[in-house]
This record gives sequence, structure tokens and C-alpha cells, in this order.
Amino acid sequence: MSEPLRREDVAHVAKLARLILSEDELNRFTQQLSQVLEHAHDMNSLDLANLVATAHPFGLVNVVRDDVTRPSLDHDVVIAMAPDAQDGRFAVPRILGEAP
Amino acid sequence: MKSASDIARDVQSGTSSAASELDVALAQIRARNGELNIFLYVDEEGAQRTAAALDERIQRGEQIGPLAGVPVALKDNLCQTGIPTTCSSKILEGWRPPYNATVIDRLLVAGAVPVGKTNLDEFAMGSSTENSAFGPTLNPLDTSRVPGGSSGGSAAAVAADMTPLALGSDTGGSIRQPAALCGLVGVKPTYGLVSRYGLIAFASSLDQIGPLTKNVRDAALLLEVIAGHDPLDSTSLPEPAPSLSSHVNDGVAGKRVGLVRELIDGADADVMASVERAADALREAGATIVELSVPEFRLGLSAYYLIAPAEASSNLARFDGVRYGLRVNGDDVTSMMEATRTAGFGEEVKRRIMLGTYALSAGYFDAYYGQALKVRTLTINAFARAYHQADFLLGATTPSVAFAFGAKTSDPMAMYLSDVFTIPSNLAGEPAISVPFGTGDAGLPVGVQLLGPGRSEALLFAGARVLEIADGRS
Repeated sequence: MSEPLRREDVAHVAKLARLILSEDELNRFTQQLSQVLEHAHDMNSLDLANLVATAHPFGLVNVVRDDVTRPSLDHDVVIAMAPDAQDGRFAVPRILGEAP
Repeated sequence: MKSASDIARDVQSGTSSAASELDVALAQIRARNGELNIFLYVDEEGAQRTAAALDERIQRGEQIGPLAGVPVALKDNLCQTGIPTTCSSKILEGWRPPYNATVIDRLLVAGAVPVGKTNLDEFAMGSSTENSAFGPTLNPLDTSRVPGGSSGGSAAAVAADMTPLALGSDTGGSIRQPAALCGLVGVKPTYGLVSRYGLIAFASSLDQIGPLTKNVRDAALLLEVIAGHDPLDSTSLPEPAPSLSSHVNDGVAGKRVGLVRELIDGADADVMASVERAADALREAGATIVELSVPEFRLGLSAYYLIAPAEASSNLARFDGVRYGLRVNGDDVTSMMEATRTAGFGEEVKRRIMLGTYALSAGYFDAYYGQALKVRTLTINAFARAYHQADFLLGATTPSVAFAFGAKTSDPMAMYLSDVFTIPSNLAGEPAISVPFGTGDAGLPVGVQLLGPGRSEALLFAGARVLEIADGRS
């Protein structure tokens, strides 16, 4: 946790997050994100070993609904919002392999 | 401007009408929106239809709900059927949701008239509205300064007398901080009290929708309308809306108020002076002031700026150019997604997605995100300890009064520090209210904050009302 954030770390994270950063942004983000992580180091001095992590303020438990069908959004309305659609389905550029 | 409760009374009794109250709102919006950039979209025709339908029902002798004919402004991260909903982001520009957020359905049932969508920091990430893709909103009290954020547009709409009520959302202070900077009452309810269905998610375990109003009574009225269990939000508390307006005048006699050092230290002198005078006012009203130190609150900022970006990085993964919103073409699906997200998101949103992705990535998860979740537990325990000694807590809402445009835009850490006093309540899922009390530098309003345990809204409204009266705003 004490190692500084490197430029290549930021580049790797951008790839994971599906973002393309310019050289300028890469430099700026490296410096700014380091600063935020640096601030987070104040948590390091604490002994938190005996604490349970809280992901939810009131201890979320599974909430299930009755297993009955309910109306949902209209198919045509949803497809009409898509940037591209084909035969009532969302259309995207090719996913696998070489272009035909 | 007339209060919401006065408008509802007059509209129901026939001494006024929903249509004429709406005209007042629309006239003010037309007069000032060009200058202040508050509303991203004004639904004039829809609002006029809603108002006309209400007036017809009243003429037939029907009882409308508690917000009969009251114009309401909505933060533009709340989905409204057929109305452009952008989150102030280019990635959603032009998108019209096919459904209403639960809070909007409840407003309509109560007789309110939604008039339009207000500006925010993109995806509610910011404390000044300077992160909006559609330009900043100006503070109506001093147009050289920010209105706060992220619900800056909703705060400014009420401060500029455009609507008596507005809804915002608060993830780390995004209702309370702009309320403080614009001289309003702002409420972050107990987590789960208000349904998040139809609120475009930023950090799901922290987000809550709440009111921004001119006075305490209107805030209680609005919260009563939007609160209560909703089966469409699995984190919604399984209970009906509590009675709040009936407790506004309960007073604070016999209550113990914890004046928390960590919720004052670091604030400007003018803000500190207001908090001290607020403590005096509560004491004069019969409360006992207990000075407390809760050192864990200092860690809140660090934990929040890992937890909120982590949740955001996951929530914002859905904006990928496939199902709705912007698409920028690419050769294959990955390059299409990269091009879309790179063009669609602004700099602060990218920064937080990056931070969250990093905090959740292999090798760093335990050190950052895991550690932050434990600090969250520590914060909850610290609040619980404080409530052994006090019924509710008092502190500042923000470290300073409204600041100038550009003052913090180049230094994200400085901007993040705007939320240092508001974040602990979000981490704990507990309610907090900001109420204006006195004026600070340049004659600008100061907000003081009342914080309470889960489901203590009625108590906080009573405390806020005491301060409102002591401040000469009856």
C-alpha cells in the first residue's frame, strides 16, 4: 500500500475501465490519483483486524419477491432506445475474430 | 415566495389554482434561467397539463394530496417518463427514460407539479456543479460563486424562487452542501427511507434522495410524501413513511446535543461562529450541550473516496454504447465501448472510475477497498458511541461559505474536502439535516448540520425548526 502509483498502473487501469487516456491525462491522473491514495494512507496506522467490513449500512440480507410474473418494460420501447438494433435485438460491432 | 404548505392550502381551497401557481414558477424560470443555468430542461407543456388536471379535480370537489399544485424541481439524475434525463453527461444526452422514479410517482399522487430537470455535477460527482457537461450553475445569492454540488441546480432553483421545493440526491453531502451554500434546508434521509428506484446510481450503498426547501416545515412535508417502503428497491426499509410534519414543533427541551469537535475543526472562523451560536440557541430552547470528540470521523473522507468510486466504477460500467445513450463507432465491440466512454464521460467521472477500478483491482483490493469497508464499520461504531452521550449531534455542514468559480477545479483533493463534515452520515446510513443559521463572510449564508441515529428524522426536524426560529426565519 505504500508503493507509489506508477504511470503504467494508471494505463493498465484505464484499459480495464475501457477508457482511452491522452498522454496529458495519463500524467495528470497519475499525479492526482496518487494524491488521493496518499490521503488514504491515514487508514494504514489503524488496527482494523478485528473489525468486520461493512458493505451496507444496515446489513443487507437477501430480499426476494413472490415468484409471479409482473409487467416489465415494453420490448419495442426498450429496443427503440438502442443506438443500433436489428430484428428486435441490440446490435453491436463484431465481437470475435477477424472481420468477414 | 409562498411556502409549499401555503400553496397546497390555497390550491385545495380554491383561493388559488395549480395553473396560476405554475405560472408564477414558469415566469421566474423564464426570467432567470438563461443567466443562472439552473434547469437543463423545462417541461412547460407537461406541467401545464398536470396543473390543469389538478384544477379540474378540485373543481369537482376532490381532495388532492398534501402537495396540491406545488411546483417541484427535479435533479436530472431522476428518471421521468419521456423527459430527457442526462445526469449532466454527454453519454446520456437526448435519452428519455421509459419509466418514472418512485419518488416522481409519489409526488404526482400527492398533487405536486414537476416542472423540469436541474443541473448537477456529472453523475453527481462533485461539490460545485462545475463538473456538468452543460456548464456550471450560478449561485443566485452571488453569481460569482458556486451553488455547491452535486445538487447545485436543485438548490439554486429554490434559492432563486423558481420552485418552493426541489429533490436532490446525497451520496457524500450532495444535498446538504448546496443547501448550506444557497441558504436552504437540505435533508439526507436514513438509508432506505426513500426508494432509489429510478435514481441513476452513483454509489448504491450511500445514495439517498432528499428534499431541498426554504423552510423546515416544507422539508418535512416533502420527505413524508416521498418516504416509505417500495418493493422496487430491495434496499428500501420495510415500513411505511413516518409522520414528520406533526413533529416539527416538538422543540428540543430535555434533549442532549453533542457538539462534535471533528465536525467543526478546520472550518473557517465565520462558520465556526455560526455553529457556536447554534449551540447557544439550542441550549436556550432547553437542550443540554455536550462537547464530544469523535476522532473516527476524520477517517471518513479517505474511506469514502475509495468506497464511492469503487461502487461508481461498477455502476457506470453499464454505459457502454449498447442499449441506450451515446455510441461512438469502432471496428469491434471493445473499441466501440472505449470510444463511447472516452467521448461520453467528463474528466471527474473518468478520474473516479479510474480510482474505483484501481481500488477494486487484483493486488490492491484488501489494502484499499477492504480497509475502507472496515473504516466504515469503525464510523458506525463511533456514531453509536456518541449516541450514548447525546440524542443528536451538531456541527458545520461545510468548511466555508460558497466559494468562487475555479477555486478548486484544478485540485481534486481540495474539492473533495468540501464534503469532510457530511460524509460520516452517508457511511453510517444515518440521517442529517443542514439548516441555514446566520451569515458568514460576504454576507453569505452558513449551514449548520444536525446528525442523528437511523430513523431520527422527526427529532432532527424539531431541532432544525428551533434553529430556524432562533435565526429569525419563522
